[in-house]
Amino acid sequence: MARRATPEVNAGSMADIAFLLLIFFLVTTTIEKDKGIARQLPPIEEIVDPPKIKEKNLFIVNVNRDDQLLVEEKLMELKDLRQAAITFLDNGGAPSGSPEYCNYCKGPRSPESSDNPEKAVISVQNDRLTSYKMYIAVQNELVAAYNFLRDRESERLYGWKFTEMTKELDEGKIKGEAAKEALQEKLETIQKLFPMKLSEAEPKKSGQ
Amino acid sequence: MSKFRKKKSNELPPVSTASLPDIVFMLLFFFMVVTVLRDDNLLVQNKLPKADQVEKLKKDRSVYIYAGKPSARYQDKFGTEAKIQIGDKYTDITNIKFALTEMRQKLLPELQDKVMVALKVDEDTNTGMVTDIKQQLRELNMLKLIYITTPGNELNN
Repeated sequence: MARRATPEVNAGSMADIAFLLLIFFLVTTTIEKDKGIARQLPPIEEIVDPPKIKEKNLFIVNVNRDDQLLVEEKLMELKDLRQAAITFLDNGGAPSGSPEYCNYCKGPRSPESSDNPEKAVISVQNDRLTSYKMYIAVQNELVAAYNFLRDRESERLYGWKFTEMTKELDEGKIKGEAAKEALQEKLETIQKLFPMKLSEAEPKKSGQ
Repeated sequence: MSKFRKKKSNELPPVSTASLPDIVFMLLFFFMVVTVLRDDNLLVQNKLPKADQVEKLKKDRSVYIYAGKPSARYQDKFGTEAKIQIGDKYTDITNIKFALTEMRQKLLPELQDKVMVALKVDEDTNTGMVTDIKQQLRELNMLKLIYITTPGNELNN
């Protein structure tokens, strides 16, 4: 059984090849993470005494079946919606000295528009045939308006952006329980300055 | 000693297995990275709308609802009218509550109260369908929902 001795295969570079492949796959593969706009639905309950909202504190956004926007009874392009919502929320129309006076608002202070962000309500009315794409686009713009104002206030009070800190908290970049709680408290303070009051009316049937 | 050495020189040298651990680790890592825990098999078209003011979804406490027109290969059978999918099958609007309760029971017990409904709806669907789903969710008292979107913005696409 005399066999010819075959030379040993040099396996020294095997590890390098393996690592190269590993790194290639690490770089090219992306793990899909779902992101979206979160909402809380109102529970079903009989509202005994619906709170009265003054007309000036209500910002009505109407979307029709052809995806056209009617904001405060004026036709509007989607790109102008964000600014219109910011102006409305930030108006602070209550006269100075009154308990409803908003001392951090930087809006035009028109008595015709909202008293303060606490009272301002945005109401979205959709048609059943509105496309979902448009629906999300409108929601996105309105959330953007709130985020813009919250960012502005948190920068004024604490020197950082509301949206950035919320993200860091979500991603677990804030270490330590005490730090987390302190941040949570600050975030809530900002949220109170501009509470998100988005109301959705039951959509109308098409053509009504 | 010389006796041993002589014998060895006649035999076939063994194939080196030094790199075997590397190969195994490479495979292991590859599968760890690529594997996504079993996702639902999509029966509907699912082109999500774009948004940029988004929050992250907590996967461990969410149930998914898909809606949209049936995918191209199912259109012969189910038509082109938008449909709702929960789990692996189409669900009728009247059947949503049952299907969702079933899905919720698959979550960890301590997270069942914090359940979040993730809506993956095709951008061409009518809002009416989404409203119907939301009404069912309210009746079921599952009030947290999240509209899943893709990064981007409708304004500058």
